[in-house]
Amino acid sequence: MKYGTEIVFSAILTLIALLGAAFAVDDAFRYHMLIAVVLLGGFTIALMRKEDFVPAGPVDDTRYMDGPIRYGVIATVFWGVVGFLAGVLVAAQLAFPDLNLEPWLNFGRLRPLHTSGVVFAFGGNILIASSFYVVQRTCRTRLFGGNLAWFVFWGYQLFIVMAATGYLLGITQSREYAEPEWYVDLWLTIVWVVYLFIFMGTVLRRKEPHIYVANWFYMSFIITIAMLHVLNNLAVPVSFVGSKSYSAFSGVQDAVTQWWYGHNAVAFFLTIPFLAMMYYFVPKQVNRPIYSYRLSIVHFWSIIFLYIWAGPHHLHYTAVPDWAQTLGMVFSIMLWMPSWGGMINGLMTLSGRWDLIRTDPIVRLMVAAIAFYGMATFEGPMLSIKSVNALSHYTDWTIAHVHAGALGWNGMITFAAVYFLTPKLWGRERLYSVRMVNWHFWLATLGIVLYASSMWVSGIMQGLMWREYDSQGFLVYSFVETVAAMHPYYVMRVTGGLFYLTGGFLMAWNVYQTIRGRVRDETPMGAPAPAAGAAVQPAE
Amino acid sequence: MSFLKRHSRLEKNATLLLIMSLLVVTVGGIVEIAPLFYLQNTVEKVKGMRPYTPLELAGRDIYIREGCYACHSQMIRPFRDEVERYGHYSLAAESMYDHSFQWGSKRTGPDLARVGQRYSNEWHVQHLIEPRAVVPESVMPSYAFLKDRPLDTKGIAAHLIANRRVGVPYTDEMIANAEADMKAQADPDADVSGLEARYPKARAANFDGNKQALTEMDAMVAYLQMLGTLVDFSTYDEAAGRR
Ligand code: HEM
Ligand code: HEM
Repeated sequence: MKYGTEIVFSAILTLIALLGAAFAVDDAFRYHMLIAVVLLGGFTIALMRKEDFVPAGPVDDTRYMDGPIRYGVIATVFWGVVGFLAGVLVAAQLAFPDLNLEPWLNFGRLRPLHTSGVVFAFGGNILIASSFYVVQRTCRTRLFGGNLAWFVFWGYQLFIVMAATGYLLGITQSREYAEPEWYVDLWLTIVWVVYLFIFMGTVLRRKEPHIYVANWFYMSFIITIAMLHVLNNLAVPVSFVGSKSYSAFSGVQDAVTQWWYGHNAVAFFLTIPFLAMMYYFVPKQVNRPIYSYRLSIVHFWSIIFLYIWAGPHHLHYTAVPDWAQTLGMVFSIMLWMPSWGGMINGLMTLSGRWDLIRTDPIVRLMVAAIAFYGMATFEGPMLSIKSVNALSHYTDWTIAHVHAGALGWNGMITFAAVYFLTPKLWGRERLYSVRMVNWHFWLATLGIVLYASSMWVSGIMQGLMWREYDSQGFLVYSFVETVAAMHPYYVMRVTGGLFYLTGGFLMAWNVYQTIRGRVRDETPMGAPAPAAGAAVQPAE
Repeated sequence: MSFLKRHSRLEKNATLLLIMSLLVVTVGGIVEIAPLFYLQNTVEKVKGMRPYTPLELAGRDIYIREGCYACHSQMIRPFRDEVERYGHYSLAAESMYDHSFQWGSKRTGPDLARVGQRYSNEWHVQHLIEPRAVVPESVMPSYAFLKDRPLDTKGIAAHLIANRRVGVPYTDEMIANAEADMKAQADPDADVSGLEARYPKARAANFDGNKQALTEMDAMVAYLQMLGTLVDFSTYDEAAGRR
């Protein structure tokens, strides 16, 4: 039997979910468990239909295991479009509040859907997929653990869907980037431990003596996320058949724990493993070694050491003790150094091949991503300075910073990786259309510029309006006047979001056609226009 | 080159690399978080803090469920404009019973740390049903459905118990009376002496204006109306509270 254990495991989970639904103490939990029953039951049936009763042949151990990676790339594109769509929707709700449809599609429930959708679904899928790809190639060995890689893929999708549907049902811990409730957290813990097991197992049986630098970053990402996730989600459920839990910590301790997690979700989810992607895909695409090996070592150890300290910069001037805030600020400013060290290492890898920026839109995406990374990691330390944060905190300035990093750095490097991986994974000579990649690049760039500039203006304006006094010493603006002043910028952000979303659709089309094996008839990028070009070409 | 040589040991030993990287990332957390649990002055001593009444707790759970924290902070910073706009800056002690804390990170709407007793119950109900009826420029979603949803009273004791497990000092008596206290607080005709003895400063009212039913609107408004009202700042010693 090919999938004997898998079918039994999945059937048992279906049964557990069914029992959960039957004995649920609150309605939200009942609906949530029914969703799980449908998903897991469907999965079990799908597995049974694929089952054939011939003994499985031996696995060819000399070949890479690329199935889960192919699925991961498709999932990345799919969740990317969904997440951007949710982003456009929440952005539109802030501009036109009548778009809120109570209770399920209110802003408060949709916002975590957007953040988890883009960070964990879009980002998470490319991280898992690319790590599986990179670790096999750089260790020259097949993934360890056989079908466990499939478990990680499907288990992670289950986590995403349970988290997302939970938010719409109102199931949330209210901890930013850790909103899923206790049972979804437990499930993710299992998936994550298996992920670590596969990754480490593959590294341990490598055929190369050295562990390539990208793998250090992936490794640190997986183990640190495990630590953060477990400690930040310590909670006591009200009932084992209910959706609600109460955090193990309260007040100040809870806030510091949550932002120790929250900041390092940014660090160890949105930065460290994306740097791993940079360390593999950039040298591959430009066909040159990493600029400085020494720098990668210094970069790695200093960035993981410093990042963990920076959490309290999310809590400046709050009731958290001053010494903790100051520590957070100092370490955040120091972080600027390794961050730019990494940026330099990435950018300088292109030295000698800068011409590729003109001719290869994938390289262009990579360079833009690294540049936005540099920008976000300059802005971040600046926002960590207490007096700057006094103005920026609670305003759209934070939102501008987030999206310069997220759209520019995470988004663009992910697009580049998707375009790199798709032809390789499906054995195509090239992408369906390279020119479309170029269009995607410009749409995304325009989207980011509109998004970030409108939010910078609105954020700084908002901060200044809140603290403006007239000559008699009265506050000039009521709160709601500052809300009204945001309107034009919120509309502008929607426009930017639409550009970015359109780019996402273009990518989906391009990937789909590439998978189908189509090749668009087009003039190669950077090639001179046929006739005129031939005339100016000097003789050989 | 000895630095590179020594480092190459790590590059060839996956387990060592994993352990080293884990050790390196634990340092910051230990130094910053661990002391908060035993340093005496992390949370100042103030008079007046008490656990939430059952009705307030239910309201707080709805506040979390609806994601209000995504737009409203509950943390007033010690700046002149914030203190004038919202009231005394927030103290650590004021969120000592908050599992999880609700400080928020974005002020799309105003801070709510001291919104209690600033508006009438009717204003809140109106505002939650149709925000733009009372504040035309507001971008807040409407929460009219709260007034039609009956509040779950049966399960509330279990919530108090869970809170006690994480350290909130709910007594056996409070837990035994949880359901009764919940109902009494939303009923102006009920005998509230027990409730007031257990939860000083608790205010009873028919919050949603609907005498027939105990709804989620009652709970939500009860929670909003108590925010920031527990500490008596006329007796608060500024200097002793310095951290
Ligand atoms: C089509 C593109 C996008 C649009 C229109 C968009 C829009 C928004 C909006 C309106 C918010 C809420 C802001 C507020 O509460 O004031 C938000 C929050 C957020 N978005 Fe996006 N977004 C987009 C793409 C992304 C991407 C690609 C990522 C990450 C990879 C991302 C990560 C986040 C995060 C982390 C937050 C929470 C910020 C915070 O709490 O400070 N977004 N986004
Ligand atoms: C050296 C690096 C960085 C530092 C020191 C830094 C610092 C900061 C600071 C001070 C805030 C504002 C906190 C507040 O006032 O509430 C912030 C928010 C944020 N940053 Fe960064 N940042 C850095 C890089 C990045 C990068 C590369 C990203 C990638 C996407 C990112 C994503 C975010 C997010 C998502 C938030 C919003 C958190 C929230 O309030 O929900 N940051 N960062």
